[in-house]
Amino acid sequence: MPDTTQAGVAVTADAAVLIDHAAGIEAQDVHAWFDRLHVLRGVFMTIAPRRVTAIIGPSGCGKSTFLRCLNRMHELVPGARSSGRVLMDGDDIYAPGVDPVQVRRRVGMVFQKPNPFPTMSIYDNAAAGLRLAGERDRRVLDETVERSLRAAALWDEVKDRLGRPGTSLSGGQQQRLCIARALAVSPEVLLMDEPASALDPAATLRIEELARELARQLTIVIVTHNMQQAARVSDVTGFILDGELVEVGTTDQIFTRPRDRRTEDYITGRFG
Amino acid sequence: MGDRLFAHLLAAMAGGVLVITAAMLAALTVGAWPAIRKFGPAFFASSAWDPVAGDFGALPFIYGTLVSSAVALGLAVPLGLGVAIFLSELAPGWLRRPVGFLVELLAAIPSVVYGLWGIFVLVPWVRATLSPPLKATLGFLPLFEGPPLGIGMLTAGLILAIMVVPFIIAVSTEVMRAVPTSQREAALSLGATVWETTRAAVIPYARSGIVGAIFLALARALGETMAVTMVVGNVPQIRASLFAPAYTISAVIANEFAEATDVHLAALIYAGLVLFLVTLTVNILARLLVARAGRGPGLIRE
Ligand SMILES: Nc1ncnc2c1ncn2[C@@H]1O[C@H](COP(=O)(O)OP(=O)(O)OP(=O)(O)O)[C@@H](O)[C@H]1O
Ligand SMILES: [Mg+2]
Repeated sequence: MPDTTQAGVAVTADAAVLIDHAAGIEAQDVHAWFDRLHVLRGVFMTIAPRRVTAIIGPSGCGKSTFLRCLNRMHELVPGARSSGRVLMDGDDIYAPGVDPVQVRRRVGMVFQKPNPFPTMSIYDNAAAGLRLAGERDRRVLDETVERSLRAAALWDEVKDRLGRPGTSLSGGQQQRLCIARALAVSPEVLLMDEPASALDPAATLRIEELARELARQLTIVIVTHNMQQAARVSDVTGFILDGELVEVGTTDQIFTRPRDRRTEDYITGRFG
Repeated sequence: MGDRLFAHLLAAMAGGVLVITAAMLAALTVGAWPAIRKFGPAFFASSAWDPVAGDFGALPFIYGTLVSSAVALGLAVPLGLGVAIFLSELAPGWLRRPVGFLVELLAAIPSVVYGLWGIFVLVPWVRATLSPPLKATLGFLPLFEGPPLGIGMLTAGLILAIMVVPFIIAVSTEVMRAVPTSQREAALSLGATVWETTRAAVIPYARSGIVGAIFLALARALGETMAVTMVVGNVPQIRASLFAPAYTISAVIANEFAEATDVHLAALIYAGLVLFLVTLTVNILARLLVARAGRGPGLIRE
């Protein structure tokens, strides 16, 4: 990969302009339900600012649900409910009077399958969040689009075809476009739900590098099935099993000296 | 083996449909031939309709067909899309089914029943309730000139609107429901409200299907006969006022076909040929657009 360091520096500089603040998160006794199904059973977890925190665990354990409780997306599913407190910089995002739309503006999200808007160009995809927020000034839009595409390490690949549809890009590029789209609204936290599971190994590596770079400015929470990925990308790792946070610690500690037997079983591949 | 047979059978049936369409086109052309030879393209520009003198032109009927359909769409599109957005994006699941059922029921009512209802309910209502305030506020426009008789272009447009709105609702609800959740989540995660999500993510994704739904409604409105002829007034004239009586192609065919002979008959068939070609085109466009919407707005790569 040619001059990653240089690209890396550029990413950090542009992200630094976009992101003026990274928030810390404190989940306190978070429960979540789908109708009767009790999928999160009291999760406590502290997520430090400007770190990559990985959430690992077997399929169906509630990783995505937990992530979606952090930006109040969970409650959008019909029949879904949650309880508990999620403090962002100390303020509960579930407190009465808090507008979930404002919360989602502060907490960006990237999904498992790249989901650029297919009727929009690359430019319009990157600008979508700003336009939603009411930004009309062409200069501001141009500047932010370029900056967020740079921060998502995509600018050099697309700068000559910003008018082409977002879906004309490769899967990995589409995912970076989705990251740029999220970054453009200056989030304080970026949630990534298995962002590389639909991508090939090279594209996966690029996303991982990007997450590392962005974490210098931004709080990142990444869900992954892939233990190597968690080890490569994260500073802190939490292990969820059956809706409970079994163990959380530095990634190094979780992968070398897990305290809980179940964590050890999972990371050594004995189940899951 | 069985599959092959089945495929051939289906192909034969599909081919059969094409053959029937072509045969209809041929029969219409043959039937219309005396009028085509006599009037040629001037048929579309002439307002004559004189069975005694044998002079015919279709302009007032074409005008009536187009304007009544335009009025219908002008009313039905906003209403239909509003209901479709409500059903697809806002209504709780338990409400969607019964409302969808009602909409389908509305689409299944025979048009002569709409016509009767039009005569006994809609016409008096337009005359006594809708027209006076329209005249009072917008009466200076040529659009609302003249005495409101109740029958006329406006009432025809209204009844057509009621008849086509179920199509718009049903098809657009379906194409919007088919928009992947991931598209909505993309917008919501950017801090979009439900309405902004609908506007920015759902409608653009579904737009070709929605346009298809509108075309489908247009095809239905252009071809609708019974209900329209019962309320439109059946006067072949071109008036700016929506209160004035008018006439449509399908209505004049239905009303005069039984007594028509010679050139008169050929002129009616000529008008029918025009209607057939227009609705066929609109229909094909509609189906293509709806089918395209089923696959999303194209270019989606995995
Ligand atoms: N929309 C939904 N409706 C009902 N139940 C759901 C829904 N989404 C998830 N669930 C259930 O909630 C539980 C937790 O799901 P979740 O998606 O959080 O798991 P996950 O850890 O992200 O799994 P995966 O690794 O497969 O993505 C599962 O048992 C799942 O079946
Ligand atoms: Mg998941």
